[in-house]
Amino acid sequence: MTVLTLALFVVAGSFGAGLLGALTGLGGGIVVVPMLTLLFHVDLRYAVGASLVSVIATSSGAAAAYVREGFTNVRVGVLLEVATTVGALIGAALAGFTPTSALAVLFGVVLLYTAIRSLRPRVEHAVLSTPDDWSTRFRLDSDYPTPHGRQPYSVRHVPAGFGIMFGAGVLSALLGIGSGILKVLAMDQVMGLPFKVSTTTSNFMIGVTAAASAGVYLHRGYIDPAIAFPVMLGVLGGALLGARILTRANPQWLRRIFTVIVVVMAIEMLYKGFTGSL
Amino acid sequence: MTSNQSRVSDDAVEQLIGRLLQIGVLIAAAITLVGGTLLLIQHGRSPVDYSTFRGEPSYLRSLSGIVAAAFQRDTRAIVQLGLAFLIATPIARVAFTLVAFALQRDRVYVGVTLLVLALLLFGLLFGIA
Repeated sequence: MTVLTLALFVVAGSFGAGLLGALTGLGGGIVVVPMLTLLFHVDLRYAVGASLVSVIATSSGAAAAYVREGFTNVRVGVLLEVATTVGALIGAALAGFTPTSALAVLFGVVLLYTAIRSLRPRVEHAVLSTPDDWSTRFRLDSDYPTPHGRQPYSVRHVPAGFGIMFGAGVLSALLGIGSGILKVLAMDQVMGLPFKVSTTTSNFMIGVTAAASAGVYLHRGYIDPAIAFPVMLGVLGGALLGARILTRANPQWLRRIFTVIVVVMAIEMLYKGFTGSL
Repeated sequence: MTSNQSRVSDDAVEQLIGRLLQIGVLIAAAITLVGGTLLLIQHGRSPVDYSTFRGEPSYLRSLSGIVAAAFQRDTRAIVQLGLAFLIATPIARVAFTLVAFALQRDRVYVGVTLLVLALLLFGLLFGIA
């Protein structure tokens, strides 16, 4: 294969990943690394570097739209970024010593978990409860716009959320993903933030988390221009188009397609990890 | 200042920051697109094999090396410059957020944001040995 043909295939695949990721709300980053390694036989380190760059592009590109809606809780985001950036720097340090087969198995598990979460219906929970000491000290309680006016909410279990965010940072660096699902889980399920606040604040944090490890990987030579540029431009283009046509698409049907792709990739990653053939 | 007023100004500042961030992504994407097109024109027909990891040459691994080579019209360095610019956009966002908290005289969050910024700059400027 030549540089040109590989770039054309990769830009097309990445465009599809970005489009499906935006339409389903699951993010395209999670399928970029399996696509590059399984389909195009790119070394995992180059794949992780390229994927992280595309994660930054989609997160930063979508940021303004989300903030305009008034859902993002900037204080929660910045406070938890301490945990995700420390996790990302530690994950980037660990990446040098972790065998590729172990990373492939870990990736398979994360993909399977993503598939399971994408099928489970989301349940809205009560948003007003007693905040914990940390929430009061860091003034995390806020409110968000609903059809019935601004709804106040309180934040709890801050240390537990902080711990999960550290794990999300480590995974983001090791696997080159945004870890959006884990970030939303921490805020929505553990810290009791409303779902919409959790997803937009998660997006706010994803770019910062990815930038921490991407900076390290740039120095370590994981970011190859010829492989990273078609991935980044493809995913960004797909995500921008996805955001535009979102209202006309059928998310239920697309979610099923996306879930099938994710499951197939999970099985392949687990197989290659256990046989050590990646 | 009541908490309500401070939240509204939070939102306005964040909107402005979000816009700046989008412009940053567009500039980065434009540099990458130009560099990528030139790279394909120059190296498009060379065979590639990414199945073994060799690591990038040292001039593509430091900010100063990338900038210097990009000015020499090295197409790989121009792409790398766009990618480095992109990596810098979330870091710029944190820096703007720091200024916003400083203007609100919010000492706790100036400290928190400063810590995040230090961690990010450490990663981008020095890497981890």
